[in-house]
Amino acid sequence: MNKNKEQLLNKRYKAEQRFRLYGQSAIFMALLFLTIFIFKIFSTGYSAFQKTWLIVPVTFDAELMMLDQNPSNEDLQDADYYDIALKSMADLDPNANEDQENELKRMVSYFFEKEIKNELLNDPNLIGKTKEVYLTASDDLDQVFKGNYPRDLPEDQRRVSDYQLKIFDQLVANGKVESKFNISFFTNADSREAELAGIASSFMGSIFSILVCLMIAFPVAVLAAIYLEEFAPKNRFTDFIEVNINNLAAVPSIVFGLLGLGVLLAIFQLPRSTPLVGGITLSLMTLPTIIIAARASLKAVPPSIREAALAMGASRMQTTMHHTVPLSMPGTLSGTIIGLAQALGETAPLILIGMVAFVNTIPGSPMDPAASLPVQIYIWAESAERGFVEKVSACIMVLLGFLITMNLFAQIIRHKFEKKWS
Amino acid sequence: MNLILFTFIVLLGFTSYYFGRRKAYTIQSTNKRLTALPQFYGYYLAIWCAIPAFIIFSLWAIFEPTIVKLLILSDYSNQGYLDDELNLIYEKTKALSRGQFTGEITPFIEASAEKYLSLRSIAQSSKVVIVLSAIIASVAYAYKRISSNSRTREPVEKFLNAVLFTASLAAILTTVGIVFSLIFQTIDFFKVIPLFDFVFGTHWYPAKAFVRDSSEALDPTMYSDTFGAVPIFAGTFFIAFIAMCVAIPIGLMSGIYLAEYASTKVRQYAKPLIEILAGIPTVVYGFFAALTVGPFLKELGTSMGLEVSAESALAAGGVMGIMIIPFISSLSDDVITSVPQSLRDGSYAMGATKSETIKRVIFPAALPGIVGSILLGVSRAIGETMIVVMASGLAANLTLNPLESTSTITAQIVVILIGDQAFGDPKTQAAFALGMSLFLVTLCLNIVALRVVKKYREKYE
Repeated sequence: MNKNKEQLLNKRYKAEQRFRLYGQSAIFMALLFLTIFIFKIFSTGYSAFQKTWLIVPVTFDAELMMLDQNPSNEDLQDADYYDIALKSMADLDPNANEDQENELKRMVSYFFEKEIKNELLNDPNLIGKTKEVYLTASDDLDQVFKGNYPRDLPEDQRRVSDYQLKIFDQLVANGKVESKFNISFFTNADSREAELAGIASSFMGSIFSILVCLMIAFPVAVLAAIYLEEFAPKNRFTDFIEVNINNLAAVPSIVFGLLGLGVLLAIFQLPRSTPLVGGITLSLMTLPTIIIAARASLKAVPPSIREAALAMGASRMQTTMHHTVPLSMPGTLSGTIIGLAQALGETAPLILIGMVAFVNTIPGSPMDPAASLPVQIYIWAESAERGFVEKVSACIMVLLGFLITMNLFAQIIRHKFEKKWS
Repeated sequence: MNLILFTFIVLLGFTSYYFGRRKAYTIQSTNKRLTALPQFYGYYLAIWCAIPAFIIFSLWAIFEPTIVKLLILSDYSNQGYLDDELNLIYEKTKALSRGQFTGEITPFIEASAEKYLSLRSIAQSSKVVIVLSAIIASVAYAYKRISSNSRTREPVEKFLNAVLFTASLAAILTTVGIVFSLIFQTIDFFKVIPLFDFVFGTHWYPAKAFVRDSSEALDPTMYSDTFGAVPIFAGTFFIAFIAMCVAIPIGLMSGIYLAEYASTKVRQYAKPLIEILAGIPTVVYGFFAALTVGPFLKELGTSMGLEVSAESALAAGGVMGIMIIPFISSLSDDVITSVPQSLRDGSYAMGATKSETIKRVIFPAALPGIVGSILLGVSRAIGETMIVVMASGLAANLTLNPLESTSTITAQIVVILIGDQAFGDPKTQAAFALGMSLFLVTLCLNIVALRVVKKYREKYE
């Protein structure tokens, strides 16, 4: 009998331990996913911050550039750089035949002509001389240099030919290949060529959308929260508004995209693909988040503050505007930042309103077509070229960096400025 | 131009505020008592400046285009044009006046464009004149009216109250906007495609709905076997099911562990770390699923002799499940912590172990809240877009094999609407009909879930 009891107790303790273990492993799994996730993004993305350059001697031959004696600055602008650019690439292998010369040309980005031109514009005295110029390597060679390219594939499955690899290896052996910090990733707009594509246009698109979103959502949401928390009579209509807000907070984001498409674009005829429309759409999405946060922080202001102000003869409006609202601002602001961070990561609604269009210019205002950072991630992730994989990860790193900063900022505001009422 | 006018009106507002306050001080200096603080006199005048400006601006925005259009097209009346042709002429005129016209320019249109420009400039200048004179008149009237015994605080506060109320209508307006944008396209869609075919049809090939000319567009036989939504609905719920298979056990167990077992230190670090998962943008999950999980599953399957599609439902659903873990864990954590301590104490006093208490006492007590959190998770899984678009297939297969690719409502909406859309095309309308069904399904889930959670909260508060 006693033994039986002990067995039962042991069983129960074992069950207890098992249950505990389930809980621990669940947390472990969740954190494991997070770690794998972040590790994967960083390990594929960090190399995008480096860019591979080929150092190629260029002879600035005045005759090939169609330049006269003592050319003016304008002449330099209009000169023909294509021939010397081609020639300097072809000179990498003196024995190259015509096909091979073409392959040599494709070892650098199609931007090489411009890079050579800039070199000369910086220093016009170079005419007639030879200088080693840094040229952006093609994205495939870039990947080869970073070790991301499977060199052992059969040649017909590679975009880099054996010949190109041979010349490239010679250049590496001579120290004529260099890797430097990739500034153009931050200053260039999107491009079809992976080696030239940058995030500047989508970054500006994101900034403009978020600004538009902030300018619409913040005032409307704060005013609505003040009304609902401080003035609204308790009746069916107020309840209805409340149900609406809670429900909007859980409506799938893509439905807001349909709203933007069906109302903003089709009825109000706002310009497609612009951060303006994107920002308005996002603001409708962020509205409930901010309202809920603002209401919570208004609720957290103790009634004694209101009563004290009312007792001093302030009207309800004065009490609210002078005392309650300022005291609730830290909570409201941190809620707003969190809402904006959500909006910043949103993709689907922006795709529907056409912010996926290929934009190779940097937008200067919310009325110019643009993409946004998450949409840029989507666009690049859908491209087949190998060079874009690391770009996607790098773009994700930039986006996550922003989100983390915004969330930290929200935390700081909350902890530093929020009054603790006890 | 409008910006300058706007700035000027704002400046006028400040000036009227200043004048109002000055008048209050003048009244005060004659030893009369004011009925409100001096700044209320200022606000009062500023409101008298803002209201006429706002009314005139909105009237202008509504009526100017219509009137200009009427005036332009009056030249073309009696010439037997159809309405559509008149609209086209008007569009051409506008394009030409902006210098964006790229067709053959006829003298008629050129004349209209000139007229259009002159009308617009007349409208602009008359707007400036009318707005400014209205503001000055109303502010002057109000300035004269305020005296020592006039009330200013009450009207100002009433006005503010009205502004606050209007802002709170934004939420309702958004909902109305959503329904409005979906419903017309949906109705048009069901005019062509019978509701029965949509709900019970098993073939979804929107690409087949290629309309050659408008006479075909309204011919229902064109679309038989094209817009049957069963495979999509099935795919949506299937992927959501896979996601919940991952999210419920992990999310629920971590919620329980955090609420009942974890030391404050573990809780302090683990909770925010898990919540990071909720803050990662979905497009990032999509990239992760497509680049890492999909190929990994494919390789794993091949090594076990299974045929796995690179874009399997399992990859999309699994990654979606990871995304939903924090929603379930935080909500159930909250729910469990709010179960009164007395229930636990009672159970411990009867000699129950911790896990027994959780399983037999706390879990049943917290069940409504947990169910609510799971329903919210399901609603999120159904509405999730980017993961599915990037990691699952785009072809709508009717299958229950998690290793094959399926498609969902959200993915189909994106596929149909990406790029340029022609409104009035059944394909575009189909996307809106899908959006409508998505909205309705998530609406029901949300309402039920919110209700359950609310009821539960009330029980223990």
